[in-house]
Amino acid sequence: MSKTLYDKIWQSHLINEQDDGTSLIYIDRHLVHEVTSPQAFEGLRLSNRKVNSPKRTLAVADHNVPTLDRELGIKEEDSRIQVEELDKNVEEFQIPYFNMNDTRQGIVHVIGPEQGFTQPGMTIVCGDSHTATHGAFGSLAFGIGTSEVEHVLATQTLIQKKAMNMLINITGNLDKIVTSKDLILYIIGKIGTAGGTGCVIEYSGNALRDMSMESRMTICNMSIEAGARAGMIAPDDITFNYLYEKPMAPKNEDWDKAVNWWKTLPSDSGAKFDKIVDIDATKVTQTITWGTSPEEIVSIDGTVPNPDKISDEVKQNKIKRSIEYMGLTPGQKISDVEINTVFIGSCTNSRIEDIRSAAEIIKGKKVSTSVKALVVPGSGLVKKQAEEEGLDVIFKHAGFEWREPGCSMCLAMNSDKLNEGDRCASTSNRNFEGRQGKGGRTHLVSPEIAAASAITGKLTDPRNVT
Amino acid sequence: MEKFNTFKGIAAPFNILNVDTDKIIPKQFLTTIKRTGLGKHVFDEMRYKKDGSENPNFVLNQKPYDKTNILIAGDNFGCGSSREHAPWALKDFGIKCIISTSFADIFYNNSFKNGLLPIMVTKDERDALLEDAKDKENPEIEIDLENQEIRRPNGGKIKFKIDPFRKKCLLEGLDDIGLTELHENKIKSFEESRSIKHPWL
Repeated sequence: MSKTLYDKIWQSHLINEQDDGTSLIYIDRHLVHEVTSPQAFEGLRLSNRKVNSPKRTLAVADHNVPTLDRELGIKEEDSRIQVEELDKNVEEFQIPYFNMNDTRQGIVHVIGPEQGFTQPGMTIVCGDSHTATHGAFGSLAFGIGTSEVEHVLATQTLIQKKAMNMLINITGNLDKIVTSKDLILYIIGKIGTAGGTGCVIEYSGNALRDMSMESRMTICNMSIEAGARAGMIAPDDITFNYLYEKPMAPKNEDWDKAVNWWKTLPSDSGAKFDKIVDIDATKVTQTITWGTSPEEIVSIDGTVPNPDKISDEVKQNKIKRSIEYMGLTPGQKISDVEINTVFIGSCTNSRIEDIRSAAEIIKGKKVSTSVKALVVPGSGLVKKQAEEEGLDVIFKHAGFEWREPGCSMCLAMNSDKLNEGDRCASTSNRNFEGRQGKGGRTHLVSPEIAAASAITGKLTDPRNVT
Repeated sequence: MEKFNTFKGIAAPFNILNVDTDKIIPKQFLTTIKRTGLGKHVFDEMRYKKDGSENPNFVLNQKPYDKTNILIAGDNFGCGSSREHAPWALKDFGIKCIISTSFADIFYNNSFKNGLLPIMVTKDERDALLEDAKDKENPEIEIDLENQEIRRPNGGKIKFKIDPFRKKCLLEGLDDIGLTELHENKIKSFEESRSIKHPWL
C-alpha cells in the first residue's frame, strides 16, 4: 500500500499498539532546554528513575540566556536558577550539553540541524512547540509538555495516537521577492490557526524543491501556528548536502547506508492524505501580520481590515480587540504604520541565510533614529560564520546591535523585551498580546522586511529602500 | 496522579477565540522550577490592572466565578506554546475541566497528564452551556467522566466522547511512565533490532 512520509516514519517507530490506536513509539532524538525540563528531572529523582538514553539527548540553555555581557552571568535570579538547575541536571544524568559559554550554544532548533543531530526519518521531540522546525529534514518532529519530557527521559518512548495526514501542495513558482516566511504566513492566513489541528502537515511542490534547508526550516517551524503539531518536507539532495560532514551526522559507510534509506522516505505516489490544501504560489505576496494572531495577515501593500464587514460576532470581536490592542485603524495602509523596534532572530529566522538577506538590504544604509534594532544570531556558530563574512560590521555600521545567541525577544524571557506601546517588526513566530513584553505590539515579518523597516521606521517593502 | 471523580462545580463563561498559552500563563512566570503555585498568575494580563489590583471586568474576578471549576471556552483553546505551565496554572486556580468545541493538540495532551479534563462538544452544546454558565444564581454543572456526561442546571444532559485509554488513566489516576515500563522488553528488543539495521541512529 502506498504510504506517506509520515506513515513510513510512524510505522518504523511503532513499538506497541493497543486496539483503540493508543501507541507506544520510539523517540530517536530528544532536545532539552532550561524552561520545560526542571520539573521533569525532579520527577525522575522523586521516582528514582534514570535517563534511558543520554546519547540520544542534547541539552542547551536558550530561552532565558542574556544576549549582552554574557560573561557577567544572568542578572535575573529566577532565570539564573533555572539555568543553574539545567547545569546540575545534565551533570547528574550525564547528558551532552552546550552550556551558555560554548560556541555551539544557541536556540535549540538551530543547533539540532547545525550539529547533524537532526536527520531524516527520525522521531525528534523537545519541550517546545517549535520542534516542528526539524521536520524540514523529513523527520517527524513535534513539541511535547513537561510530563512527556519526563516520559521520554525515562523510557525513550512516548504514548501517542497517530495524527491525520494533511498535504499542503504548493503549485507554481514564487515570485523572486517572496520568501519562505511570506509563504508560511500566507498559508496560516489561508487555513487559520486551527487549520492543521489533529494533523501532521507535509508541504510539497516544486517551489520547495528549489529552497535551501534554512528556508524549509522557516516553513516547518511555523506549522504549530497553523495548529499542526508537526510539519514535514521530504528529504532530497539539498537535505543530504546540508547534513554531509556535520559533526553528529553518520560517517563513512554509515553515511551511504543512511542516504540510501533516506531516499526511500518520500511519500509514495498515490499515498492517501486525509486533507489536501492547494496553494497557488503565484498568488503569494510579501506577507506580514497586522493583528495578534498569526492568521491575521496582510500583504505589505495592503490595509488593516474593517471588522464591520465580518458577520460572525465572536470573530468580529476578536478582530476589534486585535485592532484596539495593536493601536491601528480599519482601512489604514499597513506601510504607513510606524515601528520603533526591529528584532531579527528566533528559531524561525536567525540562521545564516536570514542574516545574509537582512545584511544585503542594510548594507551602506542607516537605521532610522526612531528605531532600536537588534540582530540575535541563532547560535554561536551562526554568529561566528556571519562575523567571518563581515556581516556584523554591516549591521553595526548601520546602527544595529549585534548580540549573543538565544531566544531573546521572541518570547522576552530574558531582558530583551518591548515596553508598553512599543511596536516591533519581528522575524519571530508569535504576535500574541504581550508576547514580546507586556503591552508590546508585534508584526511578524521576513528578515528582508525587518531590515527595510529598520531603515525607514515604518513597515516597508524591501524594494522601496534600494 | 489523583483520581478524577464525578464532581459538581461552578462553570464560567469564557467565550474567547484562540486563547493561547501565553494568555493563560505569560512567560514571566515560566522561570519556576516547580509545578505548583501558578494559580495566582493564571490569565495574568486580563486578570490584573497595571497597578496590580484585580480587574473587576474580568470574569474570574467576579462572584461566583472566582471559585470556578469549569471553563466554558471559545474555539481552539490552548493554542501556541507547549508550556505545561498552562494546565498547571489552571489546575492550581481550581479548574478541573474545560469545555470547548476544539483544543490545540499539545495543550489537550498536557491537560490529561495533569488530571485536567478537556471536553469537546458541538458548537450548539457549547453555546447552551455558555448560557447556563452566565446564570450567576445557578452556574453549577456536573461532570461525570465515567458515564461521559455533562449534567446541566436545568436537568438536561450532554453526552461527550473521549479516548478510552485517556479516560481510564484519569479515572484510575494512572502514571504513564509506569504503564510504559510494563513494555520494557518490547522497547529493548526494538532498540536492538534498530541498532543493527540503522546503527547511526
